[in-house]
Amino acid sequence: MNFPKELKYARSHEWVRVEGSRAVVGITDYAQHQLGDIVFIEVPTVGNKVEVGKNFSVVESVKAVSDIYAPVAGVIVEVNEKLGDAPETVNQDPYGEGWIAVIEMSDRANLDDLLGSDEYADLAAKGGH
Amino acid sequence: MRKSKALVFEMGQPGRRALDLPECDVPAQDAAALIPEKYLRRSPAALPEISQLELMRHYTGLSQRNFGVDSGFYPLGSCTMKYNPKINEEACRYAGFAMLHPLQDPDTVQGALELLYNMEQYLAEIAGMDAVSMQPVAGAHGELTGIKVIQAYHRHRGEARNKVIVPDSAHGTNPATAGVSGLETVEIKSYADGSINLDALRAVVGPDTAALMLTNPSTLGLFEKNIEAIAEIVHDAGGLLYYDGANANAIMGIVRPGDMGFDVVHFNLHKTFSTPHGGGGPGSGPIGVKKALAPFLPAPLVTFDGEKYALDFDRPLSIGKVHSFYGNFGVIVRAYAYIRAMGPDGLRQASEDAVLNANYCLARLKEKYHSPFERFCMHECVLTSKKQKPHGVRTLDIAKRLLDHGYHPPTIYFPLIVEEALMIEPTETESKETLDGFIATMLTIAKEAEEQPEMVKSAPHSTVVGRLDEATAARKPVVRWKKS
Repeated sequence: MNFPKELKYARSHEWVRVEGSRAVVGITDYAQHQLGDIVFIEVPTVGNKVEVGKNFSVVESVKAVSDIYAPVAGVIVEVNEKLGDAPETVNQDPYGEGWIAVIEMSDRANLDDLLGSDEYADLAAKGGH
Repeated sequence: MRKSKALVFEMGQPGRRALDLPECDVPAQDAAALIPEKYLRRSPAALPEISQLELMRHYTGLSQRNFGVDSGFYPLGSCTMKYNPKINEEACRYAGFAMLHPLQDPDTVQGALELLYNMEQYLAEIAGMDAVSMQPVAGAHGELTGIKVIQAYHRHRGEARNKVIVPDSAHGTNPATAGVSGLETVEIKSYADGSINLDALRAVVGPDTAALMLTNPSTLGLFEKNIEAIAEIVHDAGGLLYYDGANANAIMGIVRPGDMGFDVVHFNLHKTFSTPHGGGGPGSGPIGVKKALAPFLPAPLVTFDGEKYALDFDRPLSIGKVHSFYGNFGVIVRAYAYIRAMGPDGLRQASEDAVLNANYCLARLKEKYHSPFERFCMHECVLTSKKQKPHGVRTLDIAKRLLDHGYHPPTIYFPLIVEEALMIEPTETESKETLDGFIATMLTIAKEAEEQPEMVKSAPHSTVVGRLDEATAARKPVVRWKKS
């Protein structure tokens, strides 16, 4: 399973790519694999405020409906509208075209609580808990 | 088994008919003279053109593909697919019940009101509660009604409480109920043994706690041993306890939610009390509450003054009606017949046998299927496909393979906190021979998974349609037939 070095990871299986003051957010390869075929993604609304650890998006797969939690606090400034027609993109390319939203961070200290790729790989290897 | 998948529209020949209508014996009128032109058809309706025999075979064939508890073992965990005794059906068809009008004068329906009144009393006794509303018509509807009652109670006391705590093993309906009620859900983790983490609970309760929603036995089929401590933590914070009665089939006559400290409970009559379900209803999800919450129950309730039964609409603090009239009355009659036929000892034995049957399945299957908890289970057991994983066989494959053997599969991929879960609820109404047959099949499938995994992964092989493409069906649903 692939956990790119340059990303940061939440224990609840989201990844973050920092671009200046913004954080691009998606779900990890491990998460998409656990969920199975994704059939629907409820993307957040641009302009909404999000808090760390609070759900801000919902992913539905053939197995289950799961909340996606915000890894950093801030305001949603962009969402991946393409996922509405092509939710399978998250399965196919979780770190690229499968990104879910961009958050304008309100507190960069949130990043310090996220895991590096090796730490997250350990967590995934242990079954994700 | 006939395997034709033809739709009725794809059968027959032009001009063929199932029925000859008699000559019209009233003067015919021209449709164009009666109906505005924009509403008139431009071409005749494309109705099926088939003979009566083709029609009969088509629909009889479809009915034979149906699967219900009357046709085979149906161990769908969390759903309590027990046998629905046929005497229930007879009772609810008595003219004195079936031919009533819901707006009839109460003086003329004393028998029906007596039944509702008695049912409220019986359920209050079984639940350990003080008052019962028979109005909600589904489990989730009972949840919503119960949470609305809890909200009304807090509001009446002038308290603003907006958080509902649910464990991570909860039924999905619990957080959904909180959301629909405008409350915020707070999820707490379970311990590795499946029970509630008391420290996690202590950390989240507070002056904003409206309620804790809990299922006991839990959705893992395990009895929550710390229930009294849990109740104390929530009550000390001023919150209330909601009992999701989905798993009440494990506890009838043995332990009562009211005695465990719960303030509100719903029962699923269509599960625990043997009324039919599947296919979307009708159900019945009555709720019972402690005395302090009774004023907020939906109106009307049935009253009895020692002589006459009446409907009490004068309930100023009531949350109002949650369904037309008095709920699904016909379903309540069926459940009443069940309770009367079983009696208190019979209900207790039903629960004991349900627990025994589930433990029998667990004990005989856990050598070949991984059991995530080293405990006795209650009325259902959770297994996983961990031992089959090295062969590339997943829980879905095992479920599909069971179809080839004529069984309805157990619940799969729930509870969510158990990876590749497979949840078996045999219920008390199955014989040992049936359980042995199912267990033998499960053991055969475990062997097949080792020796011919590809065959299991491509199952089912004997059904009318094979493995469905669930992802495409969900992503691009085709929900109605269109003429091609």
